[in-house]
Amino acid sequence: MAAPRVVAADLEEHRSYLLKFAALQLRQKEVAEDVVQEVFVSALKGMDGFSGRSSVRTWLTSILLNKIADHHRKAGREVSMDALAEADGEDAIDALFRKNGHYVDMPQAWRNPEESLADRRFYEVLEACVGRLSAAAARAFLLRELMGLSVEEICKELRVSTSNCHVLLHRARLRLRACLEERWFASERGK
Amino acid sequence: MLNCREVSALLSDQLDRRLSLRERIGLRLHLAMCRACGRVEGQLRFLREAMCGLPKQHRGVKRP
Repeated sequence: MAAPRVVAADLEEHRSYLLKFAALQLRQKEVAEDVVQEVFVSALKGMDGFSGRSSVRTWLTSILLNKIADHHRKAGREVSMDALAEADGEDAIDALFRKNGHYVDMPQAWRNPEESLADRRFYEVLEACVGRLSAAAARAFLLRELMGLSVEEICKELRVSTSNCHVLLHRARLRLRACLEERWFASERGK
Repeated sequence: MLNCREVSALLSDQLDRRLSLRERIGLRLHLAMCRACGRVEGQLRFLREAMCGLPKQHRGVKRP
C-alpha cells in the first residue's frame, strides 16, 4: 500500500515544533537549529521510510530524538536519560504533599489565566519551569504536550511501561503547576 | 476515599487515557468536596493549552 505523500511543505509546518522541542531539550538555540536542520535532511532523504502508520509529526519527532542522542554522543556527554530508573526512583513530587496526601501549599485560584497566554513573559516563565524538570519527566511531558504523541508512542520512545509513562507525566504536570503558581500567578507579573 | 495526592494522579491520567468508572466516581466525589483539586483540574487543562501556544512564541520573539 502506498504511503501518504509527504511533501516538503508539510515538513516545514512542523519546523517550529521541532525547534521548540530541540531548544528545550538541548538548551542551546544554535545547536537546536543545526539538529533540526539535520532532521529535515534525513527526513527528505528517507521519505520512503515513512510508513503512514504514525503521523508525520511523530515520525519527525522520532528522527529528532535520534539526532539529539547523536549530538550528546558526539559531544562526549552521555546525558542520563534513564526513564525507567527515574519513574521507579524517588518521587519528585513528595515535597508537594504531606504524609496524609494533602497539599503542603494549597493550590490557589489563578487570576485570568487566559490573559497570560497573550503575554510573552508568561511563556518565558513556562520554559524556565520546564527547564527545572528532571530529564525523563521533561522529555515525556514535551513529547505529550508539545509534540502531541500518544502515551503508547512515548512509552516506545522512552522504553518504559505505560504506568511508568503516566507516573512521569503526572510528576511533570504537578511540578509545572506548582512552578507556574509560584513564579507567575502568585507573583506580581501574572497580575 | 481518595486523598488529594491520589486525585492529582487521576487528574493527570484523564488527559491521557479514559478513566475507569470506579476512578471517575472516586474523582467526582472528591472534587465535589475539594475546591483545591477542582482548581488543579482546570490548571492542568490550562497547562495543555499553554503548551499549544509555545511553538508560535519562537517566531514572535525574533521579530523586531
